[in-house]
Amino acid sequence: MRAWLYLIGGLVAFGVVATPGLLVLLFFGGSSDDVMLASLATLMLVSGIAVVTMRDIIRCGLAMIVCFLALAGIYVILRAPIVAAAQVIIYIGAISVLVLFAIMLTQDKIAPARLVFQTQALPAAIAAIVLAVLIALAGVGTDWPGAVDRLSIATVAVANQLFDEYVLPFEVVSVLLLAAVVGGVFLAKREPTRRDEDSV
Amino acid sequence: MGLADNIDIYLALAGALFAIGTFGFLARRNAISMLMSIELMLNAVNLAIVTFGAFEPALQGDGPIIALMVMAVAAAEATVGLAIVIAIFRNRRTPLVDEYDAMRR
Repeated sequence: MRAWLYLIGGLVAFGVVATPGLLVLLFFGGSSDDVMLASLATLMLVSGIAVVTMRDIIRCGLAMIVCFLALAGIYVILRAPIVAAAQVIIYIGAISVLVLFAIMLTQDKIAPARLVFQTQALPAAIAAIVLAVLIALAGVGTDWPGAVDRLSIATVAVANQLFDEYVLPFEVVSVLLLAAVVGGVFLAKREPTRRDEDSV
Repeated sequence: MGLADNIDIYLALAGALFAIGTFGFLARRNAISMLMSIELMLNAVNLAIVTFGAFEPALQGDGPIIALMVMAVAAAEATVGLAIVIAIFRNRRTPLVDEYDAMRR
């Protein structure tokens, strides 16, 4: 019985994601990029809303992985394959696993709390909608000078620039990551009792 | 000019994702949910950066590099943020931020 429910749910989810692509294909006669963009954008927004509204936090974490994956697809459409690969490796491979481990470490048996949202959820929703409309208006209303068709970003060019012009930020980032690893271990390890400091 | 060749689509998408993250950060009670919302906001900013890199010829190589730097900083932020949440959880035995009221009493 449950398996049928999962199957129907999967079909409904597939329909929700595939419908915008089909609509674009039928009414605008878009290219394959347009169809993929419509479907991936829908998948990203739906899973993003699922991240912030779902009750069970482990499902929020899994929806976040879907959101990151859809975003990696959009990077491919933007012809930035190096960013898409880094998105999959860093966000899906590293950060999502970190978040899922933290969820498992901090949730107790009565995991889904009775109240998911704080008391200011409604003003927060209004503020978020206003923010989305403002950003969309500002982005659409501005006439971006020099914005042409999509340029394809060659990975070799990125590599040359990264290790030539941006070599200092690259090295600084490695120091930052080392500091984050040390800080993470220091913060998360159990605090020893500080008897000798108290007695001084 | 197709849908995927329009810079406005990507910017509106980035704005929508950023707004979703803002809502989650303001409205959720769970500290880890708030951190996940921050990740969504960082991803929205990354999408805008890569969009500008893909559409502005002057930024063609710089956009992806800045996006990669943002990803590295996001990884560092997630490490330290989750470690702080786990440390607080060990003291207070709850991940809900509205029960962290030690400074209010």
